[in-house]
Amino acid sequence: MSLLSVEDLHVYLGQSHVLQGVSFDVAEGGVTALLGRNGVGKTTTLRAILGLAERHGRIQLAGEDVTRLPTHKVIRRGLGYVPEDRDVFRGLSVDENLRLAERNGGARYDLVYELFPELRERGRQLAGTLSGGQQQMVAIGRALLNDNRLLLVDEPTKGLAPSLVTEVANVLERLRETTTVLLVEQNLGVVRRVARDVVVLDQGRVVHASPAAELLADRERVHRLLGVG
Amino acid sequence: MDTLVLLTITGLGLGAMYFLIASGLSLIYGLMGVLNFAHGAFLTVGAYATWYAETKLTGIGSVPLRFLVSALVGLAVGAVFAALVELVLIRPLYNRHIEQVLVTVGLGLATTALVQAIWGADARTVAVPSWAGDTTTILGAAIPNDRFVEIATAIVVLVGIQAFLRKTRYGLIIRAGVENRAMVTALGIDVRKAFTLVFAIGGLAAALAGVLSGVYFGTVEPARGTSLLIFAFIVVVIGGLGSIGGSAAAAVVVGLVQQYANYYASSGLGDLSVVLLLGIVLLVRPRGLSGAFA
Repeated sequence: MSLLSVEDLHVYLGQSHVLQGVSFDVAEGGVTALLGRNGVGKTTTLRAILGLAERHGRIQLAGEDVTRLPTHKVIRRGLGYVPEDRDVFRGLSVDENLRLAERNGGARYDLVYELFPELRERGRQLAGTLSGGQQQMVAIGRALLNDNRLLLVDEPTKGLAPSLVTEVANVLERLRETTTVLLVEQNLGVVRRVARDVVVLDQGRVVHASPAAELLADRERVHRLLGVG
Repeated sequence: MDTLVLLTITGLGLGAMYFLIASGLSLIYGLMGVLNFAHGAFLTVGAYATWYAETKLTGIGSVPLRFLVSALVGLAVGAVFAALVELVLIRPLYNRHIEQVLVTVGLGLATTALVQAIWGADARTVAVPSWAGDTTTILGAAIPNDRFVEIATAIVVLVGIQAFLRKTRYGLIIRAGVENRAMVTALGIDVRKAFTLVFAIGGLAAALAGVLSGVYFGTVEPARGTSLLIFAFIVVVIGGLGSIGGSAAAAVVVGLVQQYANYYASSGLGDLSVVLLLGIVLLVRPRGLSGAFA
């Protein structure tokens, strides 16, 4: 059974019909990568799943229809979200950013500090004064603090130095052993390393879905669908 | 020298009232993006609830005790009224800014008209403890004691709000919500509860300003909230939208400028000076004294 099922998802932003009937499933466990060229609706898909963008269609989480739930209730069903631009609270300290994400007790600070020891050292530092890579650690740390069933991770390597990209990929590799991840990612090296399945969007529609290895082995198709490779 | 001292402490007392109104306005705008033109109504409702309770609690012989109990009634009514406004009128209109402005302007006008229809347009005398009208001499200036009460109250409220924002989980949610409301909800937090709480706190502070304005002026009147709201808005803009510390600093500056201009330039010039000050701040620091949302 799918952990997440998206059916006929439509999103309008102003006059623009951004998602035009997107449907796909995310199986339990491992990483499913949501791919596509810039502007095809990947980020909008994640936001629509969470209810951050007004949507039509049907979204089921572990068989429960969450389409009509407000964002905070969808999240409380066991979702974690790492947004594209990190969206750390710049005026709050690192500790406060993490504390804000606590819910239902049992916050997993041990795991967060094990993955990102720097966050412990910089606990009192304002998040707005951190580097881009450190802010990404805070953003991922917030999502890992709770024992979520599904993580929605939006371009976690965007704008990071190569060494940090490797570090983020290491974290994703570790996470896929214990949770399910829906990952938006442009870096095919990272996708190749961590993803089990891929879903490709183009112009607001799903144009391909398969095991990741199958797509990535077909260079001509990768080039046609993603414009790279 | 004694005149300067009197003007300064009176200006600080006036600034204290501006701050009490502005603090709620600033928090509400910072968190929710709502320009609450009905905020003056919270002051009016709090002031009249205090006055009305005083007229009904005649069984309490001690004037200070009766005033204190009445003031508590006024604060409770102001806070509940504000929370109801958020729940009933503002909540259905999130992200519909034009409608919010229309509703809050309408509520402000309607509240003034309703109070006037029930209790008349004339000012009503508030029975305040006699010590509030007594004076204390400082550097040769005889300062009415109520000025100290107003200043002390504003300081307590400033410290209390800052402590609330820094030490409590709801304070953390509000500070985060001022920066990025959507991300707060994406952490699984029902930010609407914080909205209601902020309105209640804002209503409480405005009602406190209503109680203190009754002490300051010796009366309550239907249009008091509206007239003070104008200066509170100026304070919020000068201080920086969303910044409590900025509002406190701006309230002091506005209160002092108003008093000094009225005395040293010409009576009535104080209001114009405040508007000029607003223009200068907007030209030099368009985001206000605090320079950023805080």
